[in-house]
Amino acid sequence: MNQSNRTYAVEADQLVKAFGKERAVDGISLKVPKGIVYGFLRPNGAGKTTMIRMLATLLKPTEGQATVMGHDLIKEADEVRRSISLTGQFASVDEELSGRENLVFIGRLVGFSRKEAKERADDLLAAFNLQHAAKRQVKKYSGGMRRRIDIAASIVISPELLFLDKPTAGLDPRSRNEVWDIIRALVRKGTTVFLTTQYLEEADQLADLIGVIDRGVLIAEGTSEELKSSIGIRSLIIEFENEKDLDETASIFTKMFTQAPEVDRTHLSLSVTMKDQSKAAKAIG
Amino acid sequence: MENNSLEKPLILEERPPKTTPVNAALTFAWRALLRIRYIPEQLFDVTAFPIIFLLMFTYLFGGAISGSTGEYLNFVLPGILVMTVSMITMYTGLDLNKDIEKGVFDRFRSLPIWQPAVLVGALLVDVVRYSLASTIMITLGYILGFRAEAGFIGVILAVLVILFFSFSLSWVWTILGIIVRSEKALMAISMMLLFPLTFLSSVFVDPSTMPNWLQRFVEINPITFVVDASRGLIHGYDVTSELLTITYISLGLIAVFGTLTMYFFRNKE
Ligand SMILES: Nc1ncnc2c1ncn2[C@@H]1O[C@H](COP(=O)(O)OP(=O)(O)O)[C@@H](O)[C@H]1O
Ligand SMILES: [Mg+2]
Repeated sequence: MNQSNRTYAVEADQLVKAFGKERAVDGISLKVPKGIVYGFLRPNGAGKTTMIRMLATLLKPTEGQATVMGHDLIKEADEVRRSISLTGQFASVDEELSGRENLVFIGRLVGFSRKEAKERADDLLAAFNLQHAAKRQVKKYSGGMRRRIDIAASIVISPELLFLDKPTAGLDPRSRNEVWDIIRALVRKGTTVFLTTQYLEEADQLADLIGVIDRGVLIAEGTSEELKSSIGIRSLIIEFENEKDLDETASIFTKMFTQAPEVDRTHLSLSVTMKDQSKAAKAIG
Repeated sequence: MENNSLEKPLILEERPPKTTPVNAALTFAWRALLRIRYIPEQLFDVTAFPIIFLLMFTYLFGGAISGSTGEYLNFVLPGILVMTVSMITMYTGLDLNKDIEKGVFDRFRSLPIWQPAVLVGALLVDVVRYSLASTIMITLGYILGFRAEAGFIGVILAVLVILFFSFSLSWVWTILGIIVRSEKALMAISMMLLFPLTFLSSVFVDPSTMPNWLQRFVEINPITFVVDASRGLIHGYDVTSELLTITYISLGLIAVFGTLTMYFFRNKE
């Protein structure tokens, strides 16, 4: 094992994923040091999920190569799967089963005896404040509970690297803070976390290193401070209470920047990339 | 959330040994059984289909084809049994398709387990479902007056042959379940394949009564072989050659479609 294997959780070299003609990931190289939170930031359709699915061995790269926890993504897919865990963007547990059954099921799959799997499930349910809902079907969980059981399912055996695709999308602020606490605690214990988010605030709060990805290309990378001070990628994401406010603001922005902002109706949010610092200041102010 | 209670279980130092493929498959089978407990409607196809099909076809065609429903029942029950179980195999693909669409499939594929276990586990439970359908139909048949010339042993042997063939046929649906994007399209494709395959066979009538061109198709239809073999086993005549053909066909289905399924499973986009 060489030096870099010991330092980096992920080392990607010119990864490409093409779906037909569309290059969802178009040559991304990055290095994620062990023990940090790396955050991919960008609105929908940028290629974040595709990149994460490649690194989690779910998609074969069209071109390029990568190592994950020191293992070659393609040649050592099994070893990679042993060191990672993925909480997908959508359901990552069986919604028909109860929370406890899901955890026991995964515990059994990864090699625990029946007794050990049950103990592990109960420990995790307690830690994630879900004991009261242990026997309830996951489809009857609230959004915040769903996300917590999703993450619990990902750490039944502790991964060295945890992928979280939009861990707090659609959550109310309180549930979001609970998920943030879990992520911070995991990192304190030494887990490397690779997450995606469309919220600047989340990246700012959690990520030690932020990668801004746009149309499959990594357009900027750095700490939150570095990114905020660099001109050209002042990306602003605003969330709204209702669609009327969203539409009004969108039209103001369109006038100011002669380019329509990206509007996300499911999450009632809007994002703009501001090339011009002074205009950006005016818009925010 | 208190930090102490949160932090303790987060990291587990010990790592259990990797599960064996058999254990992994059985765990997936256990999940499928749990699901049936929550969604008993899932058993609708294996309970209602056999009853409806048997009653419908016996009384609809019985008089016209054989002159009496009693005699026709003895002829048609093995056929409808094959047809029903073959039809039910299609749900394997539909269930798989739902798992993929929901996203939980991604979790399974990123676990350090013997990957085919997801499919093998599901198919194991399906074999249990097929057995249930067979039991229901045969019981109802006996109530309606069906009699097996070769006795109960013959019936059991026929069911085993049908289960083996259906298990092999399931691999066709697992491929479709993986590559077809919407459930509706999958349903349509499955029906389009299954209707001709089951109806244009020896299920309902003796092929010698059919026009020549149709006979040619019916005679090479795998379902015909399974129906003829089941009839022979149940009513006690020699079907060695049919059984051999079914063995070849089934092993061929598993080899070709099983391999393709695993290919698409690994390369799912
Ligand atoms: N399985 C797929 N087949 C075809 N195109 C896809 C597939 N998955 C993603 N894409 C396309 O790739 C692009 C990037 O998508 P994605 O990685 O999901 O972005 P993000 O997660 O940043 O929202 C989108 O244009 C999307 O339509
Ligand atoms: Mg995404």
